[in-house]
Amino acid sequence: MTTTLNEEKYTANLSASELPEGGIWTEAGSSLMRKTGDWKVEQPVWDKTKCISCFTCWAYCPDSCLKVENGRVAGVDYDHCKGCGICANVCPPKVSALTMEKAR
Amino acid sequence: MTVSTEIKQLVVAKTGNEAMAEAMRQINPDVVAAYPITPATEIAQIFSSFVSDGLVNTEMVTVESEHSAMSACVGSAAAGARAMTATAAQGLMLMAEILPIAAALRLPIVMPEVNRTISGPINIHCDHSDTMFCRDSGWIQIFSENTQEAYDNVLQAIRIAEHARVRLPALVTTDGFIISHAMETIKILPDEEASAFVGAYRANYSVLDNANPITVGSIDLQNYYFEHRLPMINALNEAKAVIKQVGREFGEKYGRAYDLLEKYKLEDAEVAIVCLGSTAGTTKDVVDTLRARGQKIGLLKIRVFRPFPVEDIAAALGGLKAVAVLDRSDALSGYGGPVFTEVCSALFNSAARPKVINYVYGLGGRDIDLHMLEAVFMRLLKIKDGGDLGQIVDYLGVRK
Repeated sequence: MTTTLNEEKYTANLSASELPEGGIWTEAGSSLMRKTGDWKVEQPVWDKTKCISCFTCWAYCPDSCLKVENGRVAGVDYDHCKGCGICANVCPPKVSALTMEKAR
Repeated sequence: MTVSTEIKQLVVAKTGNEAMAEAMRQINPDVVAAYPITPATEIAQIFSSFVSDGLVNTEMVTVESEHSAMSACVGSAAAGARAMTATAAQGLMLMAEILPIAAALRLPIVMPEVNRTISGPINIHCDHSDTMFCRDSGWIQIFSENTQEAYDNVLQAIRIAEHARVRLPALVTTDGFIISHAMETIKILPDEEASAFVGAYRANYSVLDNANPITVGSIDLQNYYFEHRLPMINALNEAKAVIKQVGREFGEKYGRAYDLLEKYKLEDAEVAIVCLGSTAGTTKDVVDTLRARGQKIGLLKIRVFRPFPVEDIAAALGGLKAVAVLDRSDALSGYGGPVFTEVCSALFNSAARPKVINYVYGLGGRDIDLHMLEAVFMRLLKIKDGGDLGQIVDYLGVRK
């Protein structure tokens, strides 16, 4: 899905009268502008050669951070991943394509 | 007051709870989510029988707590539904976390709320401590003097809350047992008239509108929180004019006009009592008695406590010599009740202002009788004549 984002609207200092009522956000996809993954202590490392694209990690990730390309798992979105480790935990032991490492 | 003879109203005997449930039946909300609590239980209970009997089209959600009741109301209102609930005391306090969210999201949820004292000690009877506990939550608060007003106020609250210039939740109170369980003769509108008065609900937004996806309740930090609070503050101010307009229209159509305040024999009064709810009815009786003896006294009933009618109160009381504010709750501030301090605040910048004393009374359902109110008026008349102001905050009807 491609989303047209009004980045100026998101970052500008709009006044109270310019905002939609109830503090609602009227455009989908604003999280693409908001990088929320910069404070993780550990991060998952994905091994392309081991991954069987069973999508267990994709289903369990609470932040939708497993990238998918052409019907296959294609890595981790580090801009939004918080490093919770659930993906590495649910990755089948025989596969072990996701392992946690120190983030920095 | 113009009395309309065109619309034939039904004269019925109803308790406060029955009257409010009847108003809800006529409103026919899309969703009612409720949890029982004395003395408000009957409202949702009676309404649920309307649902079972097919008299309304409402989705009735029997939740596991008041926190869930208010959350379900917020969720369904954000989906575009006209949502209602009813509660009292501990139930209102359990809703407390969600109340300001409903206001900030600008969801016009309407809630009959039966004033009952908050624990502890545990007590099921009337005072205003529950409603006052939630006074700064962004909800409009309308107090009813009797069963007729309870019915009329619920219908008007829908119009006020849903008004495009307001879009804020509103609660309508009765006094626990005194109104909620006492049967009175009231006039109710024919169903089609009530339905026409409240009108159809058009939500401002809906989370279920897939063609126009929105985010509701997202995080809002230093850069925007303040700008999102200001419109809500402005809307509460705007609500004053809307409440007056709706009250005037109700009067023109049905013969019972309403305002933010009710002035009873205040025109030439020198001293007055200020109070809310059912005590206003008792006070009117005392005013009549003492007026017959030549005393120039009156009553100012505050019908709408939120938004606080600062300008109208200053105008109504400015010319008086002495005023006693009666609070059915103590703010536990060390300086009396919340109505007292706010009335003082409204008067502070007025050129002419009366001496103001405060009585906290009726906690936990303690009766307030005619003699107590007469004694308050007598003290006010002494103050008016130059007597000592004495103790500014005092407690009425308690064994000290």
